[in-house]
Amino acid sequence: MSLDKDTVKNIAYLARMRVADDKLEPLAGELSSILNWIEQLQELDTDGVEPMASVSDVVLPQRKDAVTDGNCQAAVLKNAPDSEDGFFAVPKVVE
Amino acid sequence: MSKLNELNIASARDGLARGEFSAAELTEVYIQAIQAGRDMNAYITETPDVALERARESDARRAKGDAMGAMDGIPIAMKDLFCTEGVLTTAGSHILDGFVPPYESTVSANLRSAGAVMLGKSNLDEFAMGSANITSYYGPVKNPWKATSGPNQGKDLVPGGSSGGSAAAVAGGLAMAATGTDTGGSIRQPASFCGIVGLKPTYGRCSRWGVVAFASSLDQAGPMTKTVQDAAIMLGAMAGHDPKDSTSAPLPVPDFEALMTGDVKGLTIGIPKEYKMDGMDPEIQALWDQGIAWLKDAGCIIKEVSLPHTKYALATYYIVAPAEASANLARYDGVRYGLRVPGDSLDDMYMNTRGAGFGEEVQRRILIGTYALSSGYYDAYYIKAQKVRTLISNDFKTAFESVDAILTPTAPSAAFALGEKQEDPVAMYLNDVFTVPTSLAGLPGMSVPAGFSSTGLPLGLQVIGRSFDEGTVLNVGAALEKAAGLNLKAVTGASS
Repeated sequence: MSLDKDTVKNIAYLARMRVADDKLEPLAGELSSILNWIEQLQELDTDGVEPMASVSDVVLPQRKDAVTDGNCQAAVLKNAPDSEDGFFAVPKVVE
Repeated sequence: MSKLNELNIASARDGLARGEFSAAELTEVYIQAIQAGRDMNAYITETPDVALERARESDARRAKGDAMGAMDGIPIAMKDLFCTEGVLTTAGSHILDGFVPPYESTVSANLRSAGAVMLGKSNLDEFAMGSANITSYYGPVKNPWKATSGPNQGKDLVPGGSSGGSAAAVAGGLAMAATGTDTGGSIRQPASFCGIVGLKPTYGRCSRWGVVAFASSLDQAGPMTKTVQDAAIMLGAMAGHDPKDSTSAPLPVPDFEALMTGDVKGLTIGIPKEYKMDGMDPEIQALWDQGIAWLKDAGCIIKEVSLPHTKYALATYYIVAPAEASANLARYDGVRYGLRVPGDSLDDMYMNTRGAGFGEEVQRRILIGTYALSSGYYDAYYIKAQKVRTLISNDFKTAFESVDAILTPTAPSAAFALGEKQEDPVAMYLNDVFTVPTSLAGLPGMSVPAGFSSTGLPLGLQVIGRSFDEGTVLNVGAALEKAAGLNLKAVTGASS
């Protein structure tokens, strides 16, 4: 598997990460070599094998659907780069 | 008094109990050592005021007869991946600039309620992604050990990673013990490089709540200490069921120290034949053989086992971990905390912030993970890797039907020089070849210092146990530690 510059640019966009144009070519090379190395997995026959998402075999616990936390607006907003009237503030999204 | 920072948890516990010194005196010694040892760059944030306050509280408790156990008054370093209330938490990343959590992670809270004294937040690879502590936004950490001969003699060496600051702090006398986290080897490999003990518990033993997430199905916190006994003591204080982490195991925490009986007679130790790799460093092979001989002498039965899918573990890991990371790190968007780099639109702001805030290795992994999870490649990469993970886990299940623990080397080499292995990402990933399979299977693994390279650097052996059987891991580890009988004071002034 070999990735070209445009594919890297597209993945970077999907990940919402600005990558400088002169970095795309070297990144394409590095990512391709990592993916080529990962290709070795294809030689294994995994038909009928269950994919493993977690090592714990416990059933996920459920709790009561009740409020357990809250009334901490100031603490929630304390680290925000920008906030206004008790909300997180972001650049304008609707004209 | 100057010898106080050569004590370990167990001996300090005894000294504190006998009133030979106070927790405040002990803490002062470490605060001074940290100031004198800043060149190591082991800490991102020093917290001397917090430390002294907690040490005095510990002394006050003890004076009233209310001392809380072995960790009360013990000065430790906290890996800067644990959120700490009111104390800057960076994960070694630019993108968390200025983030001061309004809450405390469960593990650090557990240690705090056991009386442990936090000296500061220790350096690490950015978001715990790395094997040499060279990806930190706050600069690399120096290993307190120096090679006494060979091409790297006198050079600055890496401490391993990602818990490199924690390992260097403990080895260099800047903390009595430290917390680490391990996703593919991040506790065990730096422990091996720095000549200390590092225990990755079973997945689910310690709560992940409040630990900055890297790969949620793999991340696990554990102790990094001078001795195996200390690891048992500290793990006891860190572990426990936590309703706030749904993957935290609802199991009681055993008295790990009491499980260390010192008797390993009759235990069957597995030696996985697939770990004898082509081109293996003969020194590592010799160390492993020595470890096998020691356990045999202690009365263990040695048995060859097969873990046939070992060679696929790293490739599996480098799909699973980046995929989970790309999802976890989506939260860093410049809106709720940390760095924001302005942009013309919301999208533009996201892209500028994440482009500037993440370092090169983190960006590589986010891109690999995003690609592996993207439409059209999900089955070929992510599902495939999850299936191979099942096969790797089954290998261990089969092996543990006939053995009680498994012995392997921890890392394929001793600590290397700062600047080495930086060109090729895959070469760096190979550092974790012996530790990643255990992580994929969620099993406990511990690195114990077992010998030295011909250049005078510490080398570790890894003991792997059954799920939630840290007791056997500690017991076997203690037998190795006793047989090795090493003098592990870091050799820092080797130039003479």
